[in-house]
Amino acid sequence: MPDKPVDPTKIKAARKMRDLMTTYYLEALSAAQNHRQVAWITSGGPVEPLVAMDIIPVYPENHGAMIGSAKMGEDLCAKAEDMGYSPDLCSYARSDIACAVVKGGPIGGLPKPDMLICCNNICGTVLKWYEIQARFFQVPLFIFDTPVCHTGYSPEIAAYVKTQVHEYIAFLEQVTGKKLDPDKMNHVGRLSYEGQRLWQQVLNTTAHKPSPMSAFDAFFFLALIVTLRGTQTAVDFYKELIHELEERISDGISVVPDETYRLLWDNLPVWHRLKWLSDRFSAHQACLVADTYTSAWCGALKYIDENNFLDSMAQAYTRIYLNIGVDQMAQEVLEMIRFYDVNGLVMHSNRSCKPYSFGQMDIMRIVREKTGIPVLMIEADMVDPRSFSESQIETRIDAFMEIVKHKAGRS
Amino acid sequence: MKEIERFHEAADRLADTAARIRQTGRKIIGYPCSYAPEELIHAAGCHPMRLFSSGHGIVQAENHLQSYCCSLVRGMLEDSLAGRLDFLDGTVFPHTCDSMQRLSDIWRMNGTYAFFADLVLPVKLDTPGSAAYIKSVLARCKADLETALGISITDADLAASIALFNRIRTHLAFIHDVYSRHPGQIRGSDMAALVKGTMIMDRNDAAALLADLAASLQDLPLPDTPVKRVVLAGSVCDTPDLFDSVEAAGGAVVGDDLCNGQRWFDTLVAEDKPPLTALADRYRQRAICPAKHAGLTTRADHLVSLVDKTRADGVLFVMLKFCDPHAFDYPYLKETLDAKKIKSMVLEIDDGHLNQGQFSTRIETFIHML
Ligand code: SF4
Ligand code: SF4
Repeated sequence: MPDKPVDPTKIKAARKMRDLMTTYYLEALSAAQNHRQVAWITSGGPVEPLVAMDIIPVYPENHGAMIGSAKMGEDLCAKAEDMGYSPDLCSYARSDIACAVVKGGPIGGLPKPDMLICCNNICGTVLKWYEIQARFFQVPLFIFDTPVCHTGYSPEIAAYVKTQVHEYIAFLEQVTGKKLDPDKMNHVGRLSYEGQRLWQQVLNTTAHKPSPMSAFDAFFFLALIVTLRGTQTAVDFYKELIHELEERISDGISVVPDETYRLLWDNLPVWHRLKWLSDRFSAHQACLVADTYTSAWCGALKYIDENNFLDSMAQAYTRIYLNIGVDQMAQEVLEMIRFYDVNGLVMHSNRSCKPYSFGQMDIMRIVREKTGIPVLMIEADMVDPRSFSESQIETRIDAFMEIVKHKAGRS
Repeated sequence: MKEIERFHEAADRLADTAARIRQTGRKIIGYPCSYAPEELIHAAGCHPMRLFSSGHGIVQAENHLQSYCCSLVRGMLEDSLAGRLDFLDGTVFPHTCDSMQRLSDIWRMNGTYAFFADLVLPVKLDTPGSAAYIKSVLARCKADLETALGISITDADLAASIALFNRIRTHLAFIHDVYSRHPGQIRGSDMAALVKGTMIMDRNDAAALLADLAASLQDLPLPDTPVKRVVLAGSVCDTPDLFDSVEAAGGAVVGDDLCNGQRWFDTLVAEDKPPLTALADRYRQRAICPAKHAGLTTRADHLVSLVDKTRADGVLFVMLKFCDPHAFDYPYLKETLDAKKIKSMVLEIDDGHLNQGQFSTRIETFIHML
């Protein structure tokens, strides 16, 4: 079969990335046959010790994103509601809880876990969700409890999280019956640091005008730093991706033809409307060049000591974007607005994710006061499409873009 | 019983209550949830006052919290922004759920009260590490209060406050026990008002009034009408009408797993241990809120034992709309009750406003089913 003609605006590494993800999921799904253990872990959880101990980490949230992109969210969420779960709960949690029972979704459900690792640095939802799965699968649950840093990383928090690093290792050693090899741990720690550094570099390329990729691409390429953090695979892949992106920059290839307006996205993607949203903005020559979500997987780099990963892990995992005060989140948004030089901010008010969404209105006010750029807030849900109104949101995007154009003096 | 009136008044006329407390020289520190370090606040010479949503319509809070936030969190913020809590000198936010966590940020960023502190409690309560951590955050809160007020809180101050709060808990537990064993002697709405009023009024007054009430109960004749016995479970239930509906249908609320109910006054603080250790211990021993973790079956075990202890005929879940922690636990709790053949029903409450007619009918049907 002849190859399809290559669209120059498409990023070529995407295909390789798909292959890597397929390999990863195949390996995870055949873990039991290969006598390997599987741990389910939250997206912001400390995965490195798992990798160092040869446990396969599986991410229900990444699975949730796949369910959303495959537009299978509605069915699974409705199934969870039949099981008694409120439609107001996080749709990642709802679809995963339903999926565990009915084995549905794009890959027929995740491999059964041997253990569950829940780090609450992203939300309190994961605690309840993992409790439910621990009862369902009857497997041990470890809670890596990272107190929220409303106004800073206090010595009390530091001491508490540090003790849990040891508890965590002890837990893993007990469940696997193996010892953690410190050399291997250091190696994985360095790879994790390197992967996060490269991921940051990937995201930084979009500061270039025109931008070689968009936040929609970042949502896609993110899967690797989430699922294969701490592996050589992730490091190699991101090096390749950076190379391609730099080439695009020098060849002047932009992802949005005639990029004229640059926007920043806040909150999780609307997985079931990625293409639709991307088209809406492209039609206005607008590129969503960056987002607050994908940068969460490299935002804590400054706290990591690559030569002493385990000790610095406590701080790095506690001080991530969602686990800080809203005022500090606003500061980070302001920095991104400056760094990526954007003309507007689009906030996804996400019914699923309360810790991400509550506080957005204060961030919006701060952004307006400090920068004067227009801000659009659209209400949606990342996986459950039932509350999404295309016509209403399209009208709002159009109106917003008029303001952006007007402010930029081009209307 | 005239004592009970005082408790209703304390909550209904909040500004007057606050004014009276201020006359005693105590600064008023508000708190939004039952995990607040009340004894610490009290030992600092302040008055710990539980905040509820007054249920006024949401106007200013619309600019800070989306519509899919629970009415308790939105309502408290509205009360604050609308100036209805201007008597406060400060607030302490214990860490519980995601919504409360963000309310703390928004409150601090828009706040107008002099004192503000977060009590960043652990989520897991069942490890030695978290025990040490609870103690350290209590110590931090104590230091924050001391610095802000320019005082020092001695162990003796703390011991005195602990003793006072234990007295209150003991009286409330005694009254509740009578209430639970002899439905009809105290109305459900009155029992709820006793608890709520105690959380709001001057604690010395509360202790004295509760002691009088407890003593007077002993002389009252015991009613002997058979009723259907119901346990309430959920986050907060600040809806006195609900108790009336249950009673009108021939039932009585005999126990609860609510954050403004037994969860708040069950379990004393040990008086023979260093005060901070004793306070930290109670955090681990009391009935837990679903935003905390102390094991995979803790809440179901607690609910079942509550039903057993109160010889209840059924469980009524009162769920605040958009309350995640409770909504996540509900299917499992229901399943556990079903397996034990304990009947249950769920009522979802939004904005504190109930569709009274429909609501009463559902309660009636449920009570008759028991
Ligand atoms: S989407 Fe939000 S609530 Fe859901 S798991 Fe992620 S951080 Fe938690
Ligand atoms: S626990 Fe539930 S009711 Fe309480 S503040 Fe949180 S969401 Fe609201």
